[in-house]
Amino acid sequence: MKKLMIGNEAVARGLYEGGINLVSSYPGTPSTEITEFLSKYDDIYSEWAPNEKVAMEVAFGASLAGKRSACCMKHVGLNVAADPLFTLSYTGVTGGLVVCVADDPAMHSSQNEQDSRHYAIASKVPMLEPADSAEALAFAKSAFALSEQFDTPVLFRMCTRMAHSQSIVETGDREDFEGIAYEKKPWKYIMTPGNAIKRHPYVEERTKKLTELAENCEYNRVEMGGTELGIITSGTCYQYVKEVFGDSVSILKLGMINPLPVNLIKDFAAKVDRLVIVEELDPIIETHCNNIGVKAEGKSLFSNLGEFSQQTVREVLLGEKPETVSADSPVPVRPPVMCSGCPHRGMFYTLAKNKVTVLGDIGCYTLGSAPPLDALDSTLCMGASVSGIHGFNKASDNCGHTVCVIGDSTFMHSGVTGLINIAYNMSNSTVIVLDNSITGMTGHQQNPTTGYNIKGDPAGKINLEALCRSVGINRVRVVDPYNLEECDKAVKEELAADEPSVIISRRPCVLLKYVKTGKPLKVNSDKCKSCKRCMKLGCPSLSFKDGKAFVDPTLCVGCGVCPQLCPFGAIESEVEE
Amino acid sequence: MAVSVMIVGVGGQGSLLASKLLGNILTAEGYDVKVSEVHGMSQRGGSVVTYVKYDKEKVYSPIITAGEADYIISFEKLEAARYASFLKSDGKIIVNTQQIDPMPVIIGAAAYPENILDELTSKGVYVDGLDALSLAEEAGSSKAVNIVLMGRLAKYLGIGYDEWTAAIEATVKPKFVELNKKAFDLGYNY
Repeated sequence: MKKLMIGNEAVARGLYEGGINLVSSYPGTPSTEITEFLSKYDDIYSEWAPNEKVAMEVAFGASLAGKRSACCMKHVGLNVAADPLFTLSYTGVTGGLVVCVADDPAMHSSQNEQDSRHYAIASKVPMLEPADSAEALAFAKSAFALSEQFDTPVLFRMCTRMAHSQSIVETGDREDFEGIAYEKKPWKYIMTPGNAIKRHPYVEERTKKLTELAENCEYNRVEMGGTELGIITSGTCYQYVKEVFGDSVSILKLGMINPLPVNLIKDFAAKVDRLVIVEELDPIIETHCNNIGVKAEGKSLFSNLGEFSQQTVREVLLGEKPETVSADSPVPVRPPVMCSGCPHRGMFYTLAKNKVTVLGDIGCYTLGSAPPLDALDSTLCMGASVSGIHGFNKASDNCGHTVCVIGDSTFMHSGVTGLINIAYNMSNSTVIVLDNSITGMTGHQQNPTTGYNIKGDPAGKINLEALCRSVGINRVRVVDPYNLEECDKAVKEELAADEPSVIISRRPCVLLKYVKTGKPLKVNSDKCKSCKRCMKLGCPSLSFKDGKAFVDPTLCVGCGVCPQLCPFGAIESEVEE
Repeated sequence: MAVSVMIVGVGGQGSLLASKLLGNILTAEGYDVKVSEVHGMSQRGGSVVTYVKYDKEKVYSPIITAGEADYIISFEKLEAARYASFLKSDGKIIVNTQQIDPMPVIIGAAAYPENILDELTSKGVYVDGLDALSLAEEAGSSKAVNIVLMGRLAKYLGIGYDEWTAAIEATVKPKFVELNKKAFDLGYNY
């Protein structure tokens, strides 16, 4: 059946058709939908794990048990899962194991634009990269057999454009994979130095065999056209090159991007007058060409930064710039904002008002850094707020005026280990868990604190209060972020306390379907004295019109936070009128 | 040469449903189709853009760059101006004349440009403006702005009316079919 599919759905379909038995992942844009689509198949097991390291180890366990498995993550998630990856390269697999990793050039929704291909090289694991949804399906389907044939995990690289672009695919049947009977193999699976020292030569030998495969395989292909210019490329960049040049140049399109072929590249280079590498982010293919003595132009022409497009290729290789029309008036930027009724807003307002130093974390609440709240001082990586505040407090005399904020899902991911450090090494730190009862930023995935699993069925529920107390935090309190007085009191008291504390700021994300929102509020313009105090909230429903505060009735959900700020009682609910 | 359609607006306005509808119709019509959108951070009230490209021949790049768009469907005035440079010289902008202030305007750090659509028109840009919000409310829900605009686009694309209504029936939940068909008609017959 022909169907329009985003790349991520096509990967999911490919893994499904390839006989996958288990998937375990942690959500992360732009990888999330692979696992979400897999969870719709009832004949496989799917789950959200607390973090990527756990997810990869779960997939490892399934592989050890002889089943085909996968784990999916964004590029920075692979940093978290790097530990199992590097030794999985040594143990190899029983059932095929595919690790999907989605890079985010241009950082549409990420804190850096690292290039995951480095991991494939460093861990000596093969990596595939499709260029459209049809290839995503085909490559993913074949990846399990590749994994089993070469006794290795397979990295499957996506990037934002691939992951979230739809193109037409033809679906096929699911391969019937019975599984491989479990057999104890300590020499292969117990990576003591004595065993690992014997596995390392296997890994080196495997890379040689995979390189031979790369010379002549379904993943790599040469499209000969004009020979004045030859281009080596992969992934979405292939589409940009084709859009600009069609069949007028020769292209070596790589679908297996680690290990890279040697003779295939040398032969291709010999057939063209000029060789150019078109690759986003780091010069991986170019460096390989240099290493094998093939002269090619790459990053001397193209940037290491951001995403490319057909326009990038056109400008760099043809010197063509488009003719465009635009308005002369400056167009103000439209950054993303915390939603109307977002439960994080009340807590951020409280922190901003108290001029507290705030170490932040990864999630929707990073938006607390934007004006007018300006309520964050740092955002590094998942969990770093909790570990960071401990170091900050140990090293500075600002103790007593610093908090950290972390979401429920991020706390489960890697915040709790930082809290254990606070309890163990005894810093007087104040940790605020912004518990909106969902993984928000990535589009509402369940997590260990929500009480539901990936399919929305009831599941185990981690009690945050009990967890924090059990590691040794005595002061644990819960506040409602819609209640500004309660927030203010909690923050002041916990900062003043002479022992570590956790404030759980709890209210479900306003976008959750089960959350009942209120009626829009209204400004009584007779009472409004134009003091603009309400504008300090940064609520998209609130603006100033004709010198008075104005509530947009199409956006306001009646959360009731702004009336608490108004000294004149000018923001009213309809009921009171 | 592929036909390039950009759908731009503010996160939460329903541009993903619009592009889904359009993509499904074009696929059913036998075109090669690519649709590209960015999920994640931009959903939170930020500027959002979706690219739809189709051709009887193969479509390669999933994205649209400066000077390439045949149509820009904008869910909001300012967003039309933001992406105007993506338009071909003979391209057309279909725009909902609604104004949604971005945060820098709300907090007084920037001004919302006045008469921005007239400014584009004065530069020779084809601008078809309609109050899609009022039309959507007339159809029964302010959320149907996306379908009103798809109705307007359908008029230009020359793909049959019946195909569109069939796609609406196949894409939206049964209880919203009538509302959406009405919204589509209001845009189509505007």
